Amino acid sequence: MIKFVISKTAVLALIVSAVPALAGNMEPASVRNCTWCHGASAQGYAPAPRLAGQRAQYTENQLLSFRAHTRDNPFSKQYMWGAVANLNPNSARYLAVYFSKQIPKSADDGNKDRVATGKTLYQDGNPEANTVSCAVCHGPNAEGTRDIPRLAGLSYYYLKRKLAQWGEGYHAAAKAPMPRIASKLSANEIETLASYLSFVK
Amino acid sequence: MKVINMRSVLPAAILAIVFGAAGRAESAGSSLQAKIEYCTTCHGVSGQGYHAFYPIPRLAGQQTQYIENQLLAYIEHRRENRYMYSVAHVLSPATRTALANHFSKLNPKPLGGASKQLVATGKKIYEDGIPETNVPACMACHGAEAKGQDAIPRLAGQLNDYIINKLVNWNKERGQVPSKPDISAIMLPTSHNLTKAQVAAVAAYVGHLQ
Repeated sequence: MIKFVISKTAVLALIVSAVPALAGNMEPASVRNCTWCHGASAQGYAPAPRLAGQRAQYTENQLLSFRAHTRDNPFSKQYMWGAVANLNPNSARYLAVYFSKQIPKSADDGNKDRVATGKTLYQDGNPEANTVSCAVCHGPNAEGTRDIPRLAGLSYYYLKRKLAQWGEGYHAAAKAPMPRIASKLSANEIETLASYLSFVK
Repeated sequence: MKVINMRSVLPAAILAIVFGAAGRAESAGSSLQAKIEYCTTCHGVSGQGYHAFYPIPRLAGQQTQYIENQLLAYIEHRRENRYMYSVAHVLSPATRTALANHFSKLNPKPLGGASKQLVATGKKIYEDGIPETNVPACMACHGAEAKGQDAIPRLAGQLNDYIINKLVNWNKERGQVPSKPDISAIMLPTSHNLTKAQVAAVAAYVGHLQ
């Protein structure tokens, strides 16, 4: 156990110290500053979402959105605005790429009875109610692409909160389509989607 | 289980009464507007297309008849796409026509983004075809400005990765009901005879046309 902890810390130290050497005057991007809250292996912890396996461009954009105060929900204001206040764009990119390469797990914390209906809603939307398919943008396995986030295996509580908050008028990025899409979802549909996605590997 | 069924039947019945009472004439305009907004969620607010997990095509300036034909092709599974089947199968013929009319009249700038280096090669293929492999000039059907006509689609300003995706997968997506052959068969030999590099060049060329 001690060996494991030491070697992990050593790897982190190496990564962190290697950055300035590679990128000239770039300040060290401290992975540990993120993992205090997002979990030691970046799998998410309490309200802080999983970063492991997330699309690099998405994470980078979010870091910049926190800095610009565009992403404005209460936890963002409370934690992330301060956390990124002194983060330069190079460090944001470095951290985003670093976390994208960590292997994600799945939270598996939703309501299992809702998986089948959640999958249908995720894939096909609800055309009668003008609710779009999630899969068209987020991918058939919720893997995300480029600046469109991976949703697979994020925690039920995080997904549910985010989907509800868009309907309440909070934003993730300027001109992002999600507030418009999520405001059409009922509480029941949000429960179903969040449950399903928490189990996707 | 019976209780659940009763519960789901009741709200449906109430909704039916509410909608019936509201009157069709009054609600027709607003429901079309809601449907347009639903389309633009993925196809872009001006129908300019969108780079999602899949490239979502530009609808702006598209031929009305082409859009109507494609919506019907999704419904009849001649064109295979589960997302667009889901979207299209609830649309009435009148709504399909109204949506096609709406998007045909829009004219935003192309999204662009394709390599400019490929444009010259693409233009040559588009205008002259490739005699060696019996590829006809695209221009012959799609027009000198790639605006299309009637059932033949506009290609001008289309997302280049969408065009690549369609040409590469033509035989897997189009004409999927052998007993109901459609106009998509015209493209089959052409798509088959184009190399990937040639497809990319044509896509880059038409993608930047306004």
